[in-house]
Amino acid sequence: MHQKTVIVNYGMGNLNSVYRIVNDIKGDAVVSSNPEDILGATKIILPGVGHFGKAVANLEKLNIWDTLNVAVLEKKIPILGICLGMQLMVSHSEEGDAKGFNWFDANIVKFKVRDHLQFKVPQMGWNNLIIENESPLFNGIPGDALYFFIHSYHIKCNNKEDILAKTEYDYFFTSAIHKNNIFGTQFHPEKSHDSGKKLLCNFLNL
Amino acid sequence: MFRPRVIPVLLLKNQGLVKSVKFKKFRYIGDPINAVKVFNDLRVDELVFLDISANRENRSIPLDFISRVGDEANMPFSVGGGIRSIKEIQQIISAGAEKVILNTSAAENPLFVKQASDEFGSSTIAVSIDVKKNIFGKEFTYIYSGKNITKYEPVSFVKLMEEMGAGEIIINSIEHDGMMQGYNISLIRRVSEAVRIPVVALGGAGNNNDLRNAVKEGIASAVAAGSLFVYHGPRRAVLINYPENGVLDLLFK
Repeated sequence: MHQKTVIVNYGMGNLNSVYRIVNDIKGDAVVSSNPEDILGATKIILPGVGHFGKAVANLEKLNIWDTLNVAVLEKKIPILGICLGMQLMVSHSEEGDAKGFNWFDANIVKFKVRDHLQFKVPQMGWNNLIIENESPLFNGIPGDALYFFIHSYHIKCNNKEDILAKTEYDYFFTSAIHKNNIFGTQFHPEKSHDSGKKLLCNFLNL
Repeated sequence: MFRPRVIPVLLLKNQGLVKSVKFKKFRYIGDPINAVKVFNDLRVDELVFLDISANRENRSIPLDFISRVGDEANMPFSVGGGIRSIKEIQQIISAGAEKVILNTSAAENPLFVKQASDEFGSSTIAVSIDVKKNIFGKEFTYIYSGKNITKYEPVSFVKLMEEMGAGEIIINSIEHDGMMQGYNISLIRRVSEAVRIPVVALGGAGNNNDLRNAVKEGIASAVAAGSLFVYHGPRRAVLINYPENGVLDLLFK
């Protein structure tokens, strides 16, 4: 089978924009929930918008929960989680009190802003990254680049070395993570113009 | 640092792009897909499309149009106009939109907002609220493109919408629409203070300083405008435009 970049379809949100950009960069994107595609992928992208608990249920229902574990932990296929897709990579989320893939020793918590007038939840808008650990993901991207965020929950990592970048919204939260072959961003690179496209390009060329 | 979004709002009527003054006097601006291409090149933060004839024609915004926008847009976009069912929202999201905007259906059936946010998540569901003073000078929420008054006074209505799970409020002042003389800052501030979800200011922006005021004085989380981004100069020549990113970063500092 010809190897492809697989965008995992598990019924959570719109995959069109990710598909279009990946195809633009690599020309080999396929949107799929088929375990065979996932296990044969060169790269996996796990997008997603919506409710954490519902996402877990969908992944189990589609029989791709175990498939993703095999693809990521045993076959070591590089994977990028975006927004909810990143959040699913942790041990536990407050949203729906559900368990995630447990690839990161971390959990997902609701924004606890102090200034409710200036910092509305969900955070919807553009924000920058403060790089905590260098990564090829950020190659060739200006340090002050802005990315598009839309989320009410964020990750809390227990291991500092997993943190790639942090972002300030009333307080600092982790906005990008990395461990071995696993990457995740809270922001949407596919909706972040040139910097986001460059980041996706960097991931696809790893 | 968080930078508030600056959002062009594009009105659709019979598949063409139009711009209004006080929700009337529609002027044809051009082809909407062409506008998306230009806004793409200008690196806009986000786009909003409102189909203002959908409701009256008893339909929602056409899906093939949303797909065409989705094929062009490298930024988030949301759409509104005549949306009344969960199935329609599903189709709109699948066609590529980030968010849907509810207006008439939200006021006629607030529980629909709850159903929709339960199904798709709050961040997918925005409610736009058109405000005008009635003949006694009291502000009310209007629906059907500003034609019909509701029983809701704007601040109590946004609180209800937040309670129903809306993820964002777009607050528009009908009297300020298309005037390009500044936003209704007082209204925006009262709405913003009433809820903990993002509030987008709309209606009246005439220059970049108005955008800044809506954020600084009105405490808006984002600012939106129509005329400002489709007109140029005192004679209002049609010219799609948008501030450069460096300008926006400085504007909200």
